[in-house]
Amino acid sequence: MGPEVLIDYRPLWAVLISLVAAVLILFSDRNPNLRESWTILAAIGKVAIIYSMLPLVLSGHVLEVAPLHIADGITLQLRADTAGMLFAALSSVLWLVTSIYSIGYMRGHNETHQTGYFAAFAVCLSATIGIALSANLLTFIIFYEILTIATYPLVIHSRNEEAKRSGRKYLAYTLIAGQLFLVAIIWTYILVGHGDFQAGGFLSMDYASPGVLRFIFLLMILGTAVKAGVMPLHGWLPDAMVAPTPVSALLHAVAVVKAGAFGVVRVIGYVFGPDLLSQLGVAEILAWVAAFTIIVSSLIAIRQDNLKRRLAFSTIGQLSYVVLGVSLLTPLGILGGMFHIIAHAFMKITLFFCAGAITVTTHETEISQMQGIGKRMPFTLGAFTIASLGIAGTPFIVGFISKWNIALGALESGQGLFVAVLIASALLATSYLIPVAYMGFFKKSDKFTKYGEARKDMLIPIMITAAVSIVLGIFPNFGAGFYKLAVMSAESITNSIHLIGGGW
Amino acid sequence: MIENFLSSSFIYWLIAILLLLGIFGILECNNLMKKLMAMNVMQVAVIIFFLVLAQKSHATLPVMFNGDVNIDNYVNPLPHALMLTAIVVSLSTTGVALALLMRIQKRYEAIEEDDVLRRMNK
Amino acid sequence: MREQLPALIVVVPLLAALLSLFVSYISKILARWVAIAALLVAHLSAIGALVLVLREGAPWHYHFGAWEPPWGIEYVIDPLGGAMAVLISFVSLFVAIYSGGFSREFNWLKTGGYYTLFLLLTTGLLGMVVTGDVFNLYVFLEISSLAGYALIAFGGNRGTVAAFRYLLVGTIGASFYLLGIGYLYAITGSLNMVDLAELLPPLMTSPVFLMTVVMFIVGFGIKMAMFPLHGWQPDAYSYAHPAAAPLIAGVMGKVPAYAAIRYFFFIFAPTSLVVSKALTVMGWLAALGIIIGSIMAIAQKDFRRMLAYSSVAQIGYIVVGMAIGNMYGLIGAILHIVNHAFMKSTLFLVAGGVKWRTGENNIEKYAALCGKMPLTMAAFAVCALSMVGIPPTAGFFSKWYLILGAIEADLWIYIVVIVLSSLLNAIYFFRVIENIYMKERIEVREIRTSKPLELPLNMLVPIVVLGLGILVLGIFNESIVTQILQYAIPGGGF
Repeated sequence: MGPEVLIDYRPLWAVLISLVAAVLILFSDRNPNLRESWTILAAIGKVAIIYSMLPLVLSGHVLEVAPLHIADGITLQLRADTAGMLFAALSSVLWLVTSIYSIGYMRGHNETHQTGYFAAFAVCLSATIGIALSANLLTFIIFYEILTIATYPLVIHSRNEEAKRSGRKYLAYTLIAGQLFLVAIIWTYILVGHGDFQAGGFLSMDYASPGVLRFIFLLMILGTAVKAGVMPLHGWLPDAMVAPTPVSALLHAVAVVKAGAFGVVRVIGYVFGPDLLSQLGVAEILAWVAAFTIIVSSLIAIRQDNLKRRLAFSTIGQLSYVVLGVSLLTPLGILGGMFHIIAHAFMKITLFFCAGAITVTTHETEISQMQGIGKRMPFTLGAFTIASLGIAGTPFIVGFISKWNIALGALESGQGLFVAVLIASALLATSYLIPVAYMGFFKKSDKFTKYGEARKDMLIPIMITAAVSIVLGIFPNFGAGFYKLAVMSAESITNSIHLIGGGW
Repeated sequence: MIENFLSSSFIYWLIAILLLLGIFGILECNNLMKKLMAMNVMQVAVIIFFLVLAQKSHATLPVMFNGDVNIDNYVNPLPHALMLTAIVVSLSTTGVALALLMRIQKRYEAIEEDDVLRRMNK
Repeated sequence: MREQLPALIVVVPLLAALLSLFVSYISKILARWVAIAALLVAHLSAIGALVLVLREGAPWHYHFGAWEPPWGIEYVIDPLGGAMAVLISFVSLFVAIYSGGFSREFNWLKTGGYYTLFLLLTTGLLGMVVTGDVFNLYVFLEISSLAGYALIAFGGNRGTVAAFRYLLVGTIGASFYLLGIGYLYAITGSLNMVDLAELLPPLMTSPVFLMTVVMFIVGFGIKMAMFPLHGWQPDAYSYAHPAAAPLIAGVMGKVPAYAAIRYFFFIFAPTSLVVSKALTVMGWLAALGIIIGSIMAIAQKDFRRMLAYSSVAQIGYIVVGMAIGNMYGLIGAILHIVNHAFMKSTLFLVAGGVKWRTGENNIEKYAALCGKMPLTMAAFAVCALSMVGIPPTAGFFSKWYLILGAIEADLWIYIVVIVLSSLLNAIYFFRVIENIYMKERIEVREIRTSKPLELPLNMLVPIVVLGLGILVLGIFNESIVTQILQYAIPGGGF
């Protein structure tokens, strides 16, 4: 008995609105205020559309639309189900916040090529929402590839040699992964005849031999894990931090990398399904790779002096929490993994916003230069501290809920060793983020003696995301019912009905 | 034995040799004019091949003769008709080629391929 | 009038070709309009014929001069031929419009000559796809080739040398094809395609048939620049006159590929031992060609030469589709003929546009052109993405069908090749994109300027239309496949 399906065009509008905005932005090159108002209007519109679908999805409906046939017997189909809504609601809200922040950052930093920047940003968001709401594998890869291409201009934004090198590296990683993913998808179509995502998976042993299924799983995970930065496929991510900070914030902490993590969720939960994967025994390997990534990336992060690079390695580790949680295959693990998409997004975007605010206001990028900065920018650094504590897993901040669930999920599956990994990683996170806050607040310096906060349009987004991190830590269903969406997805994937309330 | 060979498949061997000579000439000659002539030799080989296909012993022109309607007594006219067209094609190809060659000669003052290439890349 | 549509497709451009030279003496502008009008009529006739055929559900046999085959020559419009005719006339029409930017500077004789040759080239290509007679196909092949040689020679001194070499090699190809016809005629006594398809099956094991297949592979292989018979092609494509290069590079190589599909899948039975072995060999060569062509393209500094080598690779895609040989593989091959015709034409239109303004072909000189020619460069970016195969552009979907076919046929090597080739494509196209969008602007001397647009309207419109066409083909590829191409393959109900 599946959820009730409604035919509704809202998912399509949600994707298209920012695409239209991108065109309008390109045509208002000469008038920056008009250009930025397109961005804000589209962002508000997108949030409105997506939140108008939310109550229906929360009450167990699924909204579907199939506007176009794209290949023989396959339609471009968008479907707002619980997992998709989780990701879509997250990205749309964060786009709105980031847009406000971007305007402040780009103007404060006197960046060039702003029109192209905002247009590419809008296209990226279309692609992200498309990924969130796609109903089958072909639709998924179409938006996935569009996202790859639309992010490229953002990575190379500064147009210098370093940016160009990073851009090439980024393309090399993601395009190769995309090709492998494509082969896996076509193979699946040949085996099954369709590629419609289905909670609990649609592949089974009836379609192919275990060897073939394992190989398809490998290809698909390679395709998605590159964007999710799972080691050893993470090489592009730290380099891509040459992009402007709002880009790093939204795309490399939220949209692009989360699209990868979300892809892993789709592959594990909606293509293969926990049953088949436990028979194949491949998810466990993935879980170990993720655990490895968590520890190693934290160790590398400690050694980085550039704040954005340190955050990048932290991102790599935190994304692997999602991968780890989902590949545990237990209801609570999946719940934790999916909720961590939300949790990490709010915390990490706060951290990146802070890093950007510090750069714009003081032009400092290295952590060793930031001693005593708390005197000058107390609010920014305060927000930074809250988010850092969250990443480390302090209770009453959103990160704790997801990690708690992942740990329970690990126990549930009888793999207690992962709990040790989680604890170790929490300690490591404390040791690479908290010192930044500590140095900022308690070290004396003669450089930052006067109060001088960041611009208002940068500070307000920081305050909002930091506040949301705390609120979600106490009321995980605040705003969009994120926790409930994660619970419902985990229930539908694992086919269990006694999850309400879950580990929380 | 030898008579049999000469009367049946010998002509095809000749055609094959002519064709290969033509291709060899196109590939090997250094002089562009000679290349063009080799191309004509090759085309002639193809034309003869078609004409041979139409050939029959003890047959005459394909014009009705004394009310004889037995087709065995007439050669097949179709290949000849086709080859008229092919000759026209061959003629125009040669024409175009000669025009090109004149342009090349005028510009580079050479029709040896080496010289042309050397002067072109200078 | 309606019954004569198949004839109009060929006859109108042919008559216009004769006419435009004389008209040009009176008025150069009129000669151009004669050409455009004729191509428009041909295009509309082709669409009309295709629509009628699809509605009827049976191929249209048109007997020239009411002579019944096998005595007369018949034209056959089926969904494959019809679709190709629509494609050729469409691209040709827009390239003719585009040529205006260049032909303005010609004198009357050159203008008239140019449009005459251009129309003859189109006539030949259209004739090849609508004819139902194998010898007639040879004649049209030679018409298009001769016009093609002349148009390549139009490009200047290097063009003349390239044209002469192409003429020699092309004639070898045509002669081989003619020999193949000879063999076919010798064993069947017929030149009509439908007739041949009926007469051939019992003869498929004879050595003469084997010779025919070999002759056809070499003949068409040379004409469509299939690896390793592509030696003439890079020079010819790069030195052809920039106005005609889009048609030569985009369409001229595709029509022999169409002819090969016509022979191997419609006239010969692809299941017979000889043909299936031949296709396998071609597939291997094509796979090699895809890789080598792409690598050679990476090594080029001249933009047009890079595109020419990329064509060697892309023709390989089409041949690989044939070698896969199942439904999806063939659809992929035919779809790629259409898609690649659009992509390569647009790329050469862009190359011509840049040359028109700056006289440059070197990729380095493309630096920061995005500021000067935004629309042209946007069209280029779309093409580049399509060549790499990024959805939702057209290139993605031909790749989709090819991989679908290859998996179904268990031919894994082709998948590896296609995936690898996409990545190699990405390398050389993103190199150009980097040059265009990211380099410091360098001072490029402008030899012509245009106000208020980046290029004259008659050059810009074709670039934009064909560039958008790539997106349209991608987004609506499903209706193209299910409405037309599905019937265009053997056993598709026609």
